[in-house]
Amino acid sequence: MSQAAEIDPAAQLDAAYDGLRLAGLTKSFAAFTAVDDLDLDVPRGSFFALLGPSGCGKTTTLRMVAGLDSPTSGTITLAGQDITRSKPYQRPVNTVFQSYALFPHLDIFENVAFGLRRRKQRDVETQVADMLDLVELGSQARKRPAQLSGGQQQRVALARALINKPEVLLLDEPLGALDLKLRRSMQIELKRIQTEVGLTFIHVTHDQEEAMTMADTVAVMNKGLIEQMGAPAELYENPRSTFVANFLGQSNLIAGTITSRASDVVTVDMHGITVSVPTGRTHTDGDAGWVGIRPEKVLIGEPGEELDAPGNTIPGGVVTDVSFVGVSTQYLVRMPWGQELQVFQQNTGRVRMFRVGESVELSWRPEYAFVLDQSQDASAGAQQVGVDG
Amino acid sequence: MTDLQDPQPGARARPVAQGGAPRPPRPTPTPTPARAPRGDLVGWLKDHLVLILGLLVLAYTFVPIAVVVLMSFNQPLSEQSKIYQFQGFTLDNWLNPCEDPSMCEALGRSIEIGLLATLVATVLGTLAAFAMVRHEFVGRSTSNLLIFLPMAAPEIVLGSSLLAMFVASGLAGQLGFWTILVAHIMFCLSFVVVTVRARLAGMDDNLEQAAMDLYATPAQTFWRITFPLVFPGILGAALLSFSLSFDDFIITNLNSGNTTTFPMYVYGVSRRTVPMQINVIGTVMIVVSIAIVVAGELNNRRRRVSL
Repeated sequence: MSQAAEIDPAAQLDAAYDGLRLAGLTKSFAAFTAVDDLDLDVPRGSFFALLGPSGCGKTTTLRMVAGLDSPTSGTITLAGQDITRSKPYQRPVNTVFQSYALFPHLDIFENVAFGLRRRKQRDVETQVADMLDLVELGSQARKRPAQLSGGQQQRVALARALINKPEVLLLDEPLGALDLKLRRSMQIELKRIQTEVGLTFIHVTHDQEEAMTMADTVAVMNKGLIEQMGAPAELYENPRSTFVANFLGQSNLIAGTITSRASDVVTVDMHGITVSVPTGRTHTDGDAGWVGIRPEKVLIGEPGEELDAPGNTIPGGVVTDVSFVGVSTQYLVRMPWGQELQVFQQNTGRVRMFRVGESVELSWRPEYAFVLDQSQDASAGAQQVGVDG
Repeated sequence: MTDLQDPQPGARARPVAQGGAPRPPRPTPTPTPARAPRGDLVGWLKDHLVLILGLLVLAYTFVPIAVVVLMSFNQPLSEQSKIYQFQGFTLDNWLNPCEDPSMCEALGRSIEIGLLATLVATVLGTLAAFAMVRHEFVGRSTSNLLIFLPMAAPEIVLGSSLLAMFVASGLAGQLGFWTILVAHIMFCLSFVVVTVRARLAGMDDNLEQAAMDLYATPAQTFWRITFPLVFPGILGAALLSFSLSFDDFIITNLNSGNTTTFPMYVYGVSRRTVPMQINVIGTVMIVVSIAIVVAGELNNRRRRVSL
């Protein structure tokens, strides 16, 4: 599985690639491989997210880039220089730790000044003052970390790393310890700072929403491999594995058999109902596949009703559950073959709500569906609970 | 006991009502005006029970210390008086603490052994604690367990085994300052390891990684991050070592040959006339200990206030 090898061959030969490049990176522990032959290019100045469930190897990858773990094999190059074996204190890379790791015996000013002082920089005073202003902590300079709130500590940790103007800033679940509201505002803040300073950010997270909100490129990691990489919208709209389909948002996956392949459209027989899917959204070479559709792309209507969806109509559904959540209504609809599909309907006010037990018809536009390989577990990546990786 | 005839229901309601905290008056089914005075006393006792017990425990702890301080000002009626009781006030004991030169000699020796044992045990114990917390090596868990043994073993057993060891090594004729020092370092070491290890284990590993990530070399990381954070543990271990060494009688007595330390001197003279100067030494030690504790506490508070 090396879709991750999306490296432009021309760039690969180019020794002067100015971003961060991981090539064949592997980290094995006694009985288990945390990161397996990983190839990854992070362009300079990008906001890159490594997204995955706990134990997927994303934190190990980050620690290898920071130099805190050494890879079993493979190389790490930064701006054309091989840094695979250099010590953490020799790399132009700084980390914002999940636990912040602020030095408890130093005040905020000295925490932020730490990196500058180690490199014997001049005008430490002004640089630290400017940096504390950037993270809006100018007035807290002489406090100790323990006296600050979680959000403030997080900003100190960020300032302490940013002030060194590293080539790459690594963020290890930096917002994991904050409550939801604070997390939202810190996400915006981080994004603003990244745009302002223009450094390369690599952000490790298990929170798909956070990754999609902040990053311009997201790499979804699972079991030491990169499942898929791309812009957030691309990953969401056209997932290439069941893991990505389930881990990023929710998906209905329906077993089907491919009956014909044309140049632009693939026809799938889904429990006797024929649906079509664009060829570019079909990610299997075999005959058996999972037809995937996002719940909000499914339209729900009365049997025989003309829905705004030329193409795939699936009759014979029965509503088994209705949850009204304000902006939308979420239905569970039992299909004739026994599977329950999720449907999210926007509450535009122009449609009526269905009740449990009503017969309905589902439909979707062919260009929203995708087909995945049936050898993959249909429940992979589903129901992720927010835990640290 | 005039209210014995009071109906029971009132008694059931009472414990809640007596709770001390002011609460809005509520209608009581059985009015018991006669009960009020005793109720107040019982209520007061209940409210202050913990305080009273605490004061009693403090008194229990401090009375012997107060006696030491008091006796340091005692003027014995006659030189040969064996009656250890306060007979008159004097400052003589404080003005001539070394009236018996052998006492001050023993004291000096105890301090010397205490400082040396503390120094060696603290350095070795700190190194051992770092090894046990930070490094994987064969026999680490065994070492962790064995380090407790000197703390768990009865002193009399340790003392006699040490003596047996010294004699077996042909040092029977040379028991004295050095054998005492070796013995003291041995038992102080365990306490140092345990104290420093606890401090070290409670430290976030990420701090050192963060320092390295921020361009600190391993040496800079140690001196700027690790050491300042572990230092309170090391200091505590050193103080503990000194007081253990200074205080020790049983092990010292078995391994001292003709050398006399302060506790051995006190033990020796307690069978004859106890010079009142012992109380002077005792008082000074108490004052020094209190001063250390107070200084530490003040330092903590100053830090908290400045924050």
